[in-house]
Amino acid sequence: MSERLLVNPIDCKAHGACAELLPEMITLDEWGYPIVDPRPLPPGLERHARTAVNACPTLALRLHRTEAP
Amino acid sequence: MTLWFASRATGIVALLLLTAVMLLGILVTRQGRLPGLPRFAVSGLHRNLSLLATAFVALHVLTAVADGYVNIPLTSAVVPLTSPYERIWLSLGAISLDLTVALIVTSLLRRHLSRRAWRAVHLLAYLSWPVAWAHSFFSSGDLQHGILFVIALICAIAVAGAIVWRLAAAARDVPRAERVGLIMAAVHDRTSRGAATGPPRANDRDRTSTR
Amino acid sequence: MTAATAGAFHDGSSRAAATNDLPRLLPPVQDGKRPPDLAAHHARHGDLPYRDRIGTPASPGALISDVEKSGLTGRGGAAFPVHRKLAAVLEAADRRRRTPAVIANGAESEPASDKDATLLWLAPHLVLDGLQLAAEALGADTAILVTHADREHDVAGRVRQALQERLNTRLDRVPVQLAFAPGRFLSGQETALVNHLGGGPSIPTFMPPRITERGLNANPTLVQNVETLAHLALIARHGPRWFREAGTPAEPGSMLATIHRGDGQPKITEVPLGLPLRDLLGEPQQTPAPESAVLLGGYHGMWLPAARAATLTLDNSSLEPAGARVGAGIVISLPPDRCGLVETARVIRYLALESAGQCGPCLNGLPRIAAAFVELATGRPRPHTVEDLQRWSGAVIGRGACHHPDGTARLVRSALITFAAEADRHARGRCSATSTAPFLPIPAAAAQTEADWI
Repeated sequence: MSERLLVNPIDCKAHGACAELLPEMITLDEWGYPIVDPRPLPPGLERHARTAVNACPTLALRLHRTEAP
Repeated sequence: MTLWFASRATGIVALLLLTAVMLLGILVTRQGRLPGLPRFAVSGLHRNLSLLATAFVALHVLTAVADGYVNIPLTSAVVPLTSPYERIWLSLGAISLDLTVALIVTSLLRRHLSRRAWRAVHLLAYLSWPVAWAHSFFSSGDLQHGILFVIALICAIAVAGAIVWRLAAAARDVPRAERVGLIMAAVHDRTSRGAATGPPRANDRDRTSTR
Repeated sequence: MTAATAGAFHDGSSRAAATNDLPRLLPPVQDGKRPPDLAAHHARHGDLPYRDRIGTPASPGALISDVEKSGLTGRGGAAFPVHRKLAAVLEAADRRRRTPAVIANGAESEPASDKDATLLWLAPHLVLDGLQLAAEALGADTAILVTHADREHDVAGRVRQALQERLNTRLDRVPVQLAFAPGRFLSGQETALVNHLGGGPSIPTFMPPRITERGLNANPTLVQNVETLAHLALIARHGPRWFREAGTPAEPGSMLATIHRGDGQPKITEVPLGLPLRDLLGEPQQTPAPESAVLLGGYHGMWLPAARAATLTLDNSSLEPAGARVGAGIVISLPPDRCGLVETARVIRYLALESAGQCGPCLNGLPRIAAAFVELATGRPRPHTVEDLQRWSGAVIGRGACHHPDGTARLVRSALITFAAEADRHARGRCSATSTAPFLPIPAAAAQTEADWI
């Protein structure tokens, strides 16, 4: 059971808050849109990931629970 | 009598906080920045100050109700036209409070609402704030003289100005179906002029927005 | 559409050793250009074999079971196992207590493909049979067939005629609505299709949730390519073993392919999966000229040197190691007198114009890619141009709500590899092409206003 970050590219308007709050998993491309690391979230980052998810003004960033390891 | 003063004081602070919340909210929609602060601070401050403002509104209401100087039943804090004291102006306060509660609750439960529903309620802020301002200005004479009058005026001008700014900026937004045509033309223009393309700076602001 | 003259548009002969019962979907050549009416359809294929049973997830019913055994995969390009889609819709409908909808996707938005229009013209009743059987298996109460209105030939008229015949004989149990999708490249994408049918613009929506879970009117929805439904209609009649008599064990059955060889009308042919590509490309005995190239999989596919393509067969087991996919069966051989870079530049510009403009990376990346590629193809490219193309292609993959940026990036990268020698020539101000006449088909006008999407 693991968690992965997922961004809805239609809702994303490149506010950029996520990359500031979770630089370990999210960077911004040359146009300001997020590049999200698709790998499972490392255990220590869960709190920061939730902060980033809550901070998105358009709720484009989501945390998904998946069955895959 | 102390409670009465407390109510007036917390009311003024609440108005200032709500003004800040309005301005920050408008700034968030246009992806504006506060100098020296990271991006997440704009929406973060907006949310945190809105909760702080709600706390002050609650204090403002409770002290006004608890105070014996004038008779204000608790229900008239949320139901318009039920207060024996300053019926009209307090009603405005009640209306603004109702709207604010709706705003706060829908935002806290945002994940469970459709985007459209949340947005529809959130836009009521544009009604809630002027109503709160009118309640503040006319309920007591406090904001009608001296420094508080100036402050009240500045708040009104700031919010009105921010709204005008937002509308003007939004009018320049490109509708989705026209974006592609526009950027194709712009990029073509840039390449034919021989503009450098090379490796970009990080977070290049040279982008076409999907706002 | 290509069905302009009798016999020339489809090939009745089988080219694979695997089976001699092809064509299955298309009428045999000797029927000439007269599309079959309902009576002829029944004479050839037999009656519509309703199962008289709706399945449940625990007991999905004979049709889904047959489809699973047959190994039928979608013929719209993604090759997703059909039984899994059917099962997913059934499960979602049961769990959510909703009635599903079924959609026959004939919105063939790929300009280089013509097989769906041809199928609807020549065998509408097979498609409509498949639609009814799928609706029955899922307990659906809504059945829609979507096609394009702006086709050269009146495919819509043909379908209407077929629907009228079925109405007269009360053949269909679920009434079928005919709907139209705009001629945009993304219109056939399943979420864009459902979005459009629901009254919205013809642009993709984000998944999750999948369409099978929540689609048209928030109901579990099956979207299946019209060719897939035609195969399903035959599996229901002849069984899974029959279906597997063509094709390969891993990828069974036959498929419709659109072949472009030189100027003129492309050819629609029904072939078994696993057919050697050199049989499709013609002149199997000749070795292709050293720099000739083949585009496999349409405009989201990839360019391969013709010599390499000639060693491959039309199935994913053979194509995937080469980086390609069968897709919707579009095989295009670049004529020797054309420039691959110029043709690709035209296509990429078209693909960029067809972006929905919803997702930042696609909206910003594709136009820049298009402009850089045009530079590569027509002007003297600057030192950074190829580097930019590689970087931008990489930057857009997987970052849109649909696979439009991915497919475009694939085309770009494969062109940079396959036409590397040509790119060198262009850098020195030369080009090996002797004709500038456009070859790859590109529709005239791209979307300019919101109205174009509706």
